Amino acid sequence: MNESGVAVRLKDLHKTFGSTHALDGLDLTLEPGELIALLGPSGCGKTTALRVLAGLEDADAGQVLVDGKDVTALPANRRDMGMVFQAYSLFPHLTALANVEFGLRLRGRPRPVGRAAEMLELVGLAEFAGRYPHQLSGGQQQRVALARALAIRPQVLLLDEPLSALDAKVRVQLRDEIKRIQTEVGTTTLFVTHDQEEALAMADRVGVMRAGRIEQLASPADVYQKPATAFVADFVGLSNRLPGRLEGDGVTVLGTRLPLVSPAGAGPDVTALVRPESVDVRPDSDGPGRVLAASFLGPTSRVTVEVGDQLVVAQVTGGRLAELPVGAPVRVEIRPVPVALDTGA
Amino acid sequence: MAGLRARRARRQRAFRWAVLLVLGVFFLLPLVAMVEFTTRDGGGTWRLLADWPRLSETYPDLSAGVVASLGQAALTSLLMLVLLVPTAIWVRIRLPWLRRFVEFICLLPLTIPAIVLVVGLAPVYAWVTYFLGGSSLTLTFAYTILVLPYAYRAIDAGLSAIDVRTLAEAARSLGAGWATVMWRVVLPNIRSAVLSAAFLTVALVLGEFTIASLLNRTNVQVAINFLGKSSATMSVAVSLAALLLAFVLLLLLSLLGGRRRDGSEVAPLSTAKESA
Repeated sequence: MNESGVAVRLKDLHKTFGSTHALDGLDLTLEPGELIALLGPSGCGKTTALRVLAGLEDADAGQVLVDGKDVTALPANRRDMGMVFQAYSLFPHLTALANVEFGLRLRGRPRPVGRAAEMLELVGLAEFAGRYPHQLSGGQQQRVALARALAIRPQVLLLDEPLSALDAKVRVQLRDEIKRIQTEVGTTTLFVTHDQEEALAMADRVGVMRAGRIEQLASPADVYQKPATAFVADFVGLSNRLPGRLEGDGVTVLGTRLPLVSPAGAGPDVTALVRPESVDVRPDSDGPGRVLAASFLGPTSRVTVEVGDQLVVAQVTGGRLAELPVGAPVRVEIRPVPVALDTGA
Repeated sequence: MAGLRARRARRQRAFRWAVLLVLGVFFLLPLVAMVEFTTRDGGGTWRLLADWPRLSETYPDLSAGVVASLGQAALTSLLMLVLLVPTAIWVRIRLPWLRRFVEFICLLPLTIPAIVLVVGLAPVYAWVTYFLGGSSLTLTFAYTILVLPYAYRAIDAGLSAIDVRTLAEAARSLGAGWATVMWRVVLPNIRSAVLSAAFLTVALVLGEFTIASLLNRTNVQVAINFLGKSSATMSVAVSLAALLLAFVLLLLLSLLGGRRRDGSEVAPLSTAKESA
């Protein structure tokens, strides 16, 4: 990780809008140069957290510390943060180059044109410097917005769902590019998204938010494979909710004993959250299951199987769909990977 | 079937032309009559109107009225912009819940007849005269109220066309203070709306008679009214000139509204190279 970034700490932040608690004691620490993605459903407080860090919203209580300094009372224009917005935010009356120069000129930085041109080069849009925003595509506009935010060499980079207005292909390309540039410049970055694939692909750590708090903050792999709570397991990726029975430090589901990601509090009858990719389906004329539906998704296929009165979704490789026609008798097996339990919280 | 359709199309076309002709005659006939009336002396009236020093000498009240009206138009435009533009922007960015109220206040003068407005303004103008004197330029205050509905509509339409909040937040995050946000980010993007508001103001002020007359001030319309009693030809010529000026201003306004921003002809969005 690049060491040029600064540490950021959001300490016990509270924010209410009317009767809604957007932030309810949020605590979050970003290490220098780290990219953290805040992921969560609409209204969970992720954008509010970012806007409080940017200074665009005032917190009711709590502190914002950047590089050890308390910036809670500082207005947005004195916080030294670059931000890319969900909506296209380039100034329509300025060219791409002039947009990138804007912050540099305000700060009285030397050689603003040269620096702005460098930044456009970094995002691969040097030849579009003279174009106005309405002459650029959505993806190009967001890249210019990224160049503009980075040009001022901000202490912290804030990305507020910058890819959500773009089409799927451009989104994937741009997210890889943002990650490359962020790694290159090493700016501490907070990225807000409701797209789990984006969060898992880009972030060093992912914070899954719910009702104004962080439910789990961990590496993308841990969030996906070892969800701390049923909410995280349910929100990140697909999960089968299968009945199981607690036995010691594991749970038995469809005859297979599975380890738990965290110790169980209740029991013995529980609901286990099992990922479709942990479920295997094999054709078997004596098998207890029957294929109800099958969807081809390209590299993978999704098969829904009825086992007794239980529906189980399995993910298999795309090519195996031919051996699992609808109505075929099958056997269902679950791989012994750690699972979370639905505690109803 | 085709013949029936052709007959119907012909009838509709004939109806459209008939309506256009009737309306054209209705609007143009008085203007043509004015031109005919003012050119009976071989164009001497228009030559005098175009010769400002001679006009001032011959009709000093008229020239004073023209000067007063131009001053009122300029000052009213300035005061309206200074009051309305920052207010409209601030309400959009920081006080969106006040928007309906501000809109209501700005549209209110539209519902009050000028004569009623004068009754209310008369005691206020007693104080204005006491503090600022009886200059016709003091009508600026009354006219600023009068133009609020039109100017507010124009500026609000301009602000609706851009995402003011996001642009302001983007500028703030880049280090801009509120003054910079307004002056360098929002204002350049509502330039044509501001110009529209200013043109409407000028057109309205140049055509105003009731308030000026009842508050015993002068402007071009009051001067024309007086002139009508002594020189009908000149008063009609000045009326026509004022009408043409207002027409040119409105034409400029619609041209500005229809014009695309600089550079739009370089490449439409659909052909912009997608390299994202």
